Amino acid sequence: MTSAESGLSERTNSISNPVEGSPRRRVVPWWVRRIGGGFLTLFAVSILIFLATQVLPGDAAKSILGRDATPEKLEALRAQLGLNRPALEQYLDWARNFVTGDFGLSLVNNRSVEELLVPRAMNTIALALCAIVIALPLSILLGSISAARRDGPLDQGISVTSLTFNALPEFVIGLGLVVLFATSVMKIFPAVSIFPPEESAFSNPAALVLPAFALVLAISPYLIRLVRASLIDALDSEYVLTARLRGIPERRILVNHALRNSMVPVVHGTALMLAYLAGGIVVIEYVFRFPGLGGLLLEAVSARDLPLIQATALFLAAVYVVVNLIADLLVVRLTPRLRGVGA
Amino acid sequence: MTSAQANAQSEQRPRSAWSVTWRTALRQPRTRVGLVLSGFVIALALFGPLLSRSDPNEFVGAPFIGPSGEALLGTDFLGQDVLQRVLHGGRTLLWMSLTATILGVLIGLAIGMIAGYSRRRVDGSLMWLMDVILAFPQIVLAVVFVSMLGPLPWLIVLVVALTHIPRVARLTRSLTADCVRQEYIEAAEAIATPKSRILIREVLPNLTTPLAVEATIRLAWSVAIIAALSFVGFGVQPPFPDWGLMINENRIGLVVQPWSVLAPVFLVAILAVGVSLVGDGIARAVSGVDERVGQ
Repeated sequence: MTSAESGLSERTNSISNPVEGSPRRRVVPWWVRRIGGGFLTLFAVSILIFLATQVLPGDAAKSILGRDATPEKLEALRAQLGLNRPALEQYLDWARNFVTGDFGLSLVNNRSVEELLVPRAMNTIALALCAIVIALPLSILLGSISAARRDGPLDQGISVTSLTFNALPEFVIGLGLVVLFATSVMKIFPAVSIFPPEESAFSNPAALVLPAFALVLAISPYLIRLVRASLIDALDSEYVLTARLRGIPERRILVNHALRNSMVPVVHGTALMLAYLAGGIVVIEYVFRFPGLGGLLLEAVSARDLPLIQATALFLAAVYVVVNLIADLLVVRLTPRLRGVGA
Repeated sequence: MTSAQANAQSEQRPRSAWSVTWRTALRQPRTRVGLVLSGFVIALALFGPLLSRSDPNEFVGAPFIGPSGEALLGTDFLGQDVLQRVLHGGRTLLWMSLTATILGVLIGLAIGMIAGYSRRRVDGSLMWLMDVILAFPQIVLAVVFVSMLGPLPWLIVLVVALTHIPRVARLTRSLTADCVRQEYIEAAEAIATPKSRILIREVLPNLTTPLAVEATIRLAWSVAIIAALSFVGFGVQPPFPDWGLMINENRIGLVVQPWSVLAPVFLVAILAVGVSLVGDGIARAVSGVDERVGQ
């Protein structure tokens, strides 16, 4: 309510003084503001994680210990987590440790969180890279075919197929692949990834195949639709008409003229999908028991391993923020006329 | 850009804009297919418990026995009747995804309208707040909250709604900002119409159609996330029959008794695909003109 009222009065002010604030803004370059905004978002994200995990339930120690909670154990754990201090002090300590790279100790096996997190993160990154390296060219290809054969049977087919895969929950896609390629129908690839998390995922390529395939199926539909829409926009433009009138072959127009210009939204879309992977990967890793970050997060949550939950969640959120930031900067780089807008 | 077009169209249209859109949507085969698919699963989820003959938690035989006359879809990992559990297992998914979607869309709508109408600082800070929530992959946000407060149904509904809010708010904000620049809004402001009245009477009617599209997309997402949450074990808890949970419980028997996994997988898949086909049909009807010229 109050925010509504203040919002409306704000607007009246801005109408009476439309240029207010703009001269000061110009001094700071757009990219500094973007990066600053990214850091600010990360800061807020860390507060949210901190609130959700350490403050919200009242007593994290009780929820960690569950039934084994004796008053002495509770006291010891509270001291270890620093729960007996004021929330603000706790947060500042926690944040300082994070910034300096000290992620604390896992409550389950007393190993450092970093030691658990890093190899898993590498595996997840390997998986995500495999997925994006396959999905991106595939989507550009299928999207271009769709746009070039607009509304033809091929386009309709691609559109309905990609719509279907887009709607399917990731675990359904994953299980479908398990049924098809790992158990009932064919037995080509392992259904679960059995290798120690410390080992690199690339040394176990067979374990990568199905999870990567599942991720490709999960992210391609969006990219295909994006490429199609963006390319159709480009094909309808006047420079394409000019090129056609000059008698340039359609294939060359498509590849050299239209496709190139329609890549900007695709850069953004790819970043969005990379960021999406940070979440979708949680379920896919669970389906295939892939030793990555998503699996780690779920294990940590099951074991109520607070420091590990916080670090993993923060890392996944940070991936999103950083990837989006890079995409924003890249998009503005690619389209100079956006630089002045700064919105 | 298309939203601006859609806006311009819905302005010219008479009162029945929504019914026109709906009729155009129904003309598309995919909308009808989607309605049949999702209608089938929704009916099964709603009336399943009435059709069921017995208690879904009753043990009817040994674990993982294939389909037989007694248990048409065989038994699950504990020896419970898969068919009975399937019949009972849809309601929770259904009401949770519906409530989460409605909540998320309504709150997102309110925030987006306020942000779109207020511009500048309020707009900036509201949208920044949305970005913060957006920075969490949906499933991560849900899992973090559930980890601390426990897998309570209302909590899952709230968290899933929370993950919808920024997406809806962003859309609403851009639509509202487009709409606010129109002359009739200026006219309404000039005669000192209260702001809340402008938002509800002048702006809101322009948002209904694009929001209907968004709401169906959100519903499909809700189904996927809530099913995924119970699949990873952070949703509905064990003795209760639930499709997502059944998939997880029976996975170890996938080779021996595939029906115990496939039946709930198919139902979740059909529901998600059906809902999003309907959404796509409506979306195509809204963007109307250029799609029809193309066909």
